[in-house]
Amino acid sequence: MRISPTKFISLLFLVLSVFYLYTAYNIQVFAFDESAPFNARTFPIYLGWAGIILSSLKIVLPEKVTTEVNHKHLDYKSIIYLIIISLIYAAVILKIGYFISTSLFLFASYYFLGERRWGLMFILSFPFVAAFMYLLHGLLNIYLRDPFLKYIGVMG
Amino acid sequence: MIEGILIGLSTALSLTNILMVMVGCFAGTIIGMLPGLGPMTAIALMIPITYGFDPSTGLILMAGVYYGAVFGGSTSSILLNAPGIPGTVATAFDGYPMAQQGKAGKALAIAAYSSFAGGTISAIFLLVAAPSLSKVSLAFRSPDYFALMILGLTAISAFSSKGQFLKAMMMVVLGLMLATVGQDSLSDITRFTFNNMNLTDGISFVLIVMATFAMSEALTIIFRGKDPNRAAKQISLTELGSIKVNKEETIKMAKTIPRSSILGFLIGVLPGAGATIASFLAYGMERNYVNEEEKQKFGKGSVHGLSAPETANNAACSGSFVPLLTLGIPGSGTTAVMLGALLGFGIQPGPRLYQTNPEIFWSVIMSMYIGMVVLLILNLPLIPYIARILAVPRNYLIPLILFFSVTGIYLMSFNNFDIFLMIGIAVVATFLRLYDFPMPPLILAFVLGGLMEETLRRSLLISDGSPNFLWDRPITLIILIITVVIVFWQIFSTFRKKT
Repeated sequence: MRISPTKFISLLFLVLSVFYLYTAYNIQVFAFDESAPFNARTFPIYLGWAGIILSSLKIVLPEKVTTEVNHKHLDYKSIIYLIIISLIYAAVILKIGYFISTSLFLFASYYFLGERRWGLMFILSFPFVAAFMYLLHGLLNIYLRDPFLKYIGVMG
Repeated sequence: MIEGILIGLSTALSLTNILMVMVGCFAGTIIGMLPGLGPMTAIALMIPITYGFDPSTGLILMAGVYYGAVFGGSTSSILLNAPGIPGTVATAFDGYPMAQQGKAGKALAIAAYSSFAGGTISAIFLLVAAPSLSKVSLAFRSPDYFALMILGLTAISAFSSKGQFLKAMMMVVLGLMLATVGQDSLSDITRFTFNNMNLTDGISFVLIVMATFAMSEALTIIFRGKDPNRAAKQISLTELGSIKVNKEETIKMAKTIPRSSILGFLIGVLPGAGATIASFLAYGMERNYVNEEEKQKFGKGSVHGLSAPETANNAACSGSFVPLLTLGIPGSGTTAVMLGALLGFGIQPGPRLYQTNPEIFWSVIMSMYIGMVVLLILNLPLIPYIARILAVPRNYLIPLILFFSVTGIYLMSFNNFDIFLMIGIAVVATFLRLYDFPMPPLILAFVLGGLMEETLRRSLLISDGSPNFLWDRPITLIILIITVVIVFWQIFSTFRKKT
């Protein structure tokens, strides 16, 4: 038996709702609030039940419109590269600072998406990020934390 | 009202704010032109820029982006037959055939004049309706607000789901679930944080918008391997033709604009309906109004067929501000994003905004007029050049969208947990979009989640835990009956299609 992707997602949502409801029932409330008409558990409990009912209906009822996705035409390779680069970017942004991490992120993203015009790639990463930082920090007075630039004395 | 208009004008006409409207309209037009990137993404990408502004300026910038994005969507509909947003799909029905006949410039001009007229007329309606509705809405109590939010969420699910109501309702519940993460507003008890300190304050609204719109749209473009700019590269400046509209076409527009403006405004006021439904209804209505000879031209480059949806979608944009400004309840995904941004500025829109922050209330309304003028005099002559600028390769466009998304989050918290969370939510949202799970209901639910819990709490405490509050007040009952009718209509339409 083949389960449609929509029903599979609904099944995952059902599992999520059951877990959410279980967690909702286990929210610790103050003793005097236990029998109150409304406490920190009430709304999440309603939501948990709503999620269970809706996802169950989606699983049980026949599909009126089926969403077909041709996986052969999906570019999994590029998206996996982009996600990995983004995760690395998130991991290093605090350590090496906004300027360097962002510039490298942009440069690497251009590269993995197939760009090879090195000059343009450079301009749209390092000088572009510097200009953007100047716009935010210098002109709009929006604080942008960058320990590296602070260390070398570029930022105050 | 005169005093309010003057306050609004003095705020909106300051040099900074005029500049912001211009920047907003221009940036919105560029982003709105890109197929797949609509006003919600455009506004979301602007949020980091608005951090340093005062609330009026920030909101004026975002309103400018909103109109610009709707206008930009029309441009890509006409030139490329690739609507930037669903609200401009109907524009392509007659705009694209007109462009193919070598009258692209004329089609763009008709769209611009119609948008201007629709937006301006409905801004006048807003000017009159919003203060009156603000006074009426002061009579609303917690049960009415709760019922109104249920109606809004049901309506947006019904209208945005393309016949997949249950999927949209599941997204509503998911949005509400995400809104419950963090401290309970009354008791300060932490919920669903799993002992993670980063979740104690809840999930940021900007994070959710960036993840489900900006970032996931960028990932979707890559995933599906489409290049939104490929067609834009083919646009030649010489192929656009004249932008002059002759007398006969002006008369046709003059007949279409008033009725489409009224329809668009009224549809925009309704929760959940918005520009898409307004434009389709206006197109259908116009087809019924015109004579048989004109009717034959629909779909082949009719002036009526182009003017009607363009007028209505802009009128609906202004209309959608009515529930936001008067009740504090957004009627569409885009105004939900704006509500989130307002809350970020520490401003709670609602009936009292009119009294507590008149400069914001009026300056937003006034900036609509200025935005319309800017769109007309700045964007129209620049359209061919903007279209050329759009030939930016996907390889550059996507990383830049990701960069703006990450920067927006980093500026807010300066921690990388939020960036990881955003990437995670964006990946999930990308897969959900692939299978037609709509995102606007999720955003609206997330924004309304806290207020919804609060009003339910008050209602239940007042009624001592009894569900009587749902039918005690006539207004609550009427709103809930409308909600039930929408739900049954969805069930009925499902049943009818099956049989």
